[in-house]
Amino acid sequence: MPAPKIVTVTSGKGGVGKTTSSAALAAGLALKGMKTVVIDFDVGLRNLDLVMGCERRVVFDFVNVINNEARLKQALIKDKRVENLWILPTSQTRDKDALTKEGVGRVLDELKSEFDVIVCDSPAGIEKGALMALYYADEAVVVTNPEVSSVRDSDRILGVLSSRSRRAERGEPPVKTHLLLTRYDAARVSKGEMLKLEDVLEILAIPLLGIIPESPSVLRASNIGLPVVFDAESPAGRAYNDAVGRFLGETIEHRFLKPERRGFLQRLIGRAA
Amino acid sequence: MGLFDFFRRERSASHAKERLQILVAHDRVGRDSPDYLPLLQRDLIAVIARYVEIDEDKLTVELANDGISSMLAVNIELPKSRSQKTGVRAPSGALRVRPQLA
Repeated sequence: MPAPKIVTVTSGKGGVGKTTSSAALAAGLALKGMKTVVIDFDVGLRNLDLVMGCERRVVFDFVNVINNEARLKQALIKDKRVENLWILPTSQTRDKDALTKEGVGRVLDELKSEFDVIVCDSPAGIEKGALMALYYADEAVVVTNPEVSSVRDSDRILGVLSSRSRRAERGEPPVKTHLLLTRYDAARVSKGEMLKLEDVLEILAIPLLGIIPESPSVLRASNIGLPVVFDAESPAGRAYNDAVGRFLGETIEHRFLKPERRGFLQRLIGRAA
Repeated sequence: MGLFDFFRRERSASHAKERLQILVAHDRVGRDSPDYLPLLQRDLIAVIARYVEIDEDKLTVELANDGISSMLAVNIELPKSRSQKTGVRAPSGALRVRPQLA
């Protein structure tokens, strides 16, 4: 078994799909048999549990464990739909200062002895919460929308990863970075209204993990609290599953780069899910 | 929608790319400058102030990187009257120090 990996899902900018992607990638990894835990680092704005559909099962949280108010086992929530998946929710009432390097490091070390993959769902910004989420990272998934402010912030967070992570501080091999381009609308790209994949890759210059097409299934998934990878029929679900496969070293061709071809009837009745 | 509007919409993604390329290049320059530069600037001012009176705003420290070598450029503008008194020669009113770093 390879050494356990800490993977941080980050972006700099808010609202680009970090939590959706964290939930989808963690669930996808678990479906592939990896024992996975996903941690919410957004202290004060707890949302991962909601997207994962376990909000009513939260008793203790990440901050309680850091402060020794609860044991790790008491705070971990086991997913009921898939084997191998656990969630470590965060606190809704405290602030980002509740996270300390020592405390976070201690919890991650304990998780490393139990799990194959530890997914850290970062808050937006480049302040303490985001820095704590990326400090111990072995790999980072940089979630980016094909839009100017998101690409710029992704570049900024790449700079932070290469200078402020523990790997950077210790002079170890750098954090391995992956681009996850979300909310990609191939139809608008083909009309020249949206930055295309090649543009974003040229600017950020990091390897591509996946392209997630703009898809109604993403909102539907968060509405019902079911990670979108479980919707294996939807384009977004398939795209996330592909990304998980690539993360695990499989070679999978990128899809959803061309606008979906729609029949005459579909065009008449408008876009269906 | 006129023809002009059509072409304007057509090109918005390439505008986005051009703007981003400039912006990101600029961001990266600031990000890559080492954090000792402000301290170096402070120390240089202190040393030079022992010999000549200088205006802190008239000293700049910059690091340029062309990929092969780094050039540290220190620009100090000396006040004319003061430099004459202390005997420091600065024909153009400026002292340029350009040591080559590896």
